[in-house]
Amino acid sequence: MIEFLQQLVNGLSQGAIYALIALGYTMVFGVLRFINFAHGDIYMIGAFAGFYSAPKLLALAGGGPSFAGAALVLVAAMALCAAAGVLIERVCYRPLRAQPRLTVLIAAIGVSLLLENGGQFAFGADPQAFPEIIADSAIDLPASWGEFSLLTITVGQVIVLGSTAVLLLALRAVVLHTRTGMAMRALSLNPLAASLMGVNTDAVVSFTFAVGSAMAGAAGILTAIQQPSIDPLMGINAGLKAFVAAVLGGIGNIPGAALGGVLIGILEALVVGYISPTYRDPIVFAVLIVVLLVRPSGLLGKPEREKV
Amino acid sequence: MSVLALRNLVVSYGAIRALHGISLEVPAGRIVTLIGANGAGKTTALRTISGILKPASGSISFQGENIAGLAAHKIVARGIAHAPEGRMVFSNLTVLENLRMGAYLRRDRAGIADDIARVRSIFPRLAEREKQPAGTLSGGEQQMLAIGRALMSRPRCLLLDEPSLGIAPILIRTIFDKIVEINRELGLSILLVEQNANLALAISHFGYVIESGRILLADTPDALRENPSVRAAYLGG
Repeated sequence: MIEFLQQLVNGLSQGAIYALIALGYTMVFGVLRFINFAHGDIYMIGAFAGFYSAPKLLALAGGGPSFAGAALVLVAAMALCAAAGVLIERVCYRPLRAQPRLTVLIAAIGVSLLLENGGQFAFGADPQAFPEIIADSAIDLPASWGEFSLLTITVGQVIVLGSTAVLLLALRAVVLHTRTGMAMRALSLNPLAASLMGVNTDAVVSFTFAVGSAMAGAAGILTAIQQPSIDPLMGINAGLKAFVAAVLGGIGNIPGAALGGVLIGILEALVVGYISPTYRDPIVFAVLIVVLLVRPSGLLGKPEREKV
Repeated sequence: MSVLALRNLVVSYGAIRALHGISLEVPAGRIVTLIGANGAGKTTALRTISGILKPASGSISFQGENIAGLAAHKIVARGIAHAPEGRMVFSNLTVLENLRMGAYLRRDRAGIADDIARVRSIFPRLAEREKQPAGTLSGGEQQMLAIGRALMSRPRCLLLDEPSLGIAPILIRTIFDKIVEINRELGLSILLVEQNANLALAISHFGYVIESGRILLADTPDALRENPSVRAAYLGG
């Protein structure tokens, strides 16, 4: 029982990371109907943004690992990733908007390769040790919890889950209760009608890339807090897993992406804990195949008929 | 004086020319109809006016300014609203959210609330279904919503594309009565595109007949109804 709970805790904190990345895939798919395969690499950019900015920002916050310093690093990485996402869309995807969707998809794969190899060129191919921005240690659970006090919960895990919850709620508020969020929803339902209402499509698409990329940037920092070894190719696997999560939840569906991320994280932890780490990736990708075969619209997505 | 005037408007889809230089005018406070067969260029004309399509040449003057080639969201801001063919309501949003989307560019909360109340009084059926997702409405109700949504931007000119398309006959009557009411009470200029020429001519002040991307005739509804070629081609003999 306690072991199972422990796997759940571990899975949840990894799932939160997948959920944050999956949001970007699903939001971009919602407004543009294409999969931005460079999205996983934005997560890597986020981690490196933290790597380079942490020493200065920690000093600014009083030196040494601290909550304030970690928050600064998180915000800086999110801002940089937002800018990178907007720039990539503006330069690489927007000029192709009138082209067949496959063209943009291939451009996205190109951007992904550029970021991965450019990252190796700029940051070096060797893994780097991410600076300690917060003192990560196991929390002593009170003995009064009985059996549950045997669980290992780290400060890092609490921060990951807390930050993810805050970011998800903020995103929900933006999408449901702001004009821009309403425009995003309208655009994903009917782009032509949205522009007839006065929605500036380009501005909303930029906003979508900014928000989605900021979430991926946050995921980069939150991962690095738990596993402080980062490298320019770290976005490949995480990006693919998050993509599976987005499809599992229903691509284009924002709550679905969050749910899919959490489920994939937990599934991985259970496979690692009860079967073997060897089977972690094959089982996750088998989930993708099964979802596409059995329920292509995902857990929360509504079946959509392709117009011909 | 014309609110909206097209001059020699030419529009192409790639190599295919859809409009070969059409000219038409919508005088202030009038209903003008553009009738013609499927594929004659009616929808193309409306989509070019509202900025979805860019003209190859020619001008679109709205309240004295040339708006040809402006982005769609800028044209809405100038005061042209377009209820598109096939209605295109936001199916997952509620009726009320659809109306709010119609007021997307406006910031005046009080004015928006007034206009929602006005749409409710014009289309009581929408008021009853306000909390429902628009996708669950009948075709006729969706058309009412599309028109109501277009009114929410407080336009000076309304473009209506085939409001009778795919709608139960009893509701067509209601919708056309409402179009007349909107024109009369709000003094709104309307450009109405229809395949159903009888219906359209019955409520319009002036009519144009379009064929293969060219304006063939321009006359009063009575004269068009008397015209033998119009009768043969569009009014069922």
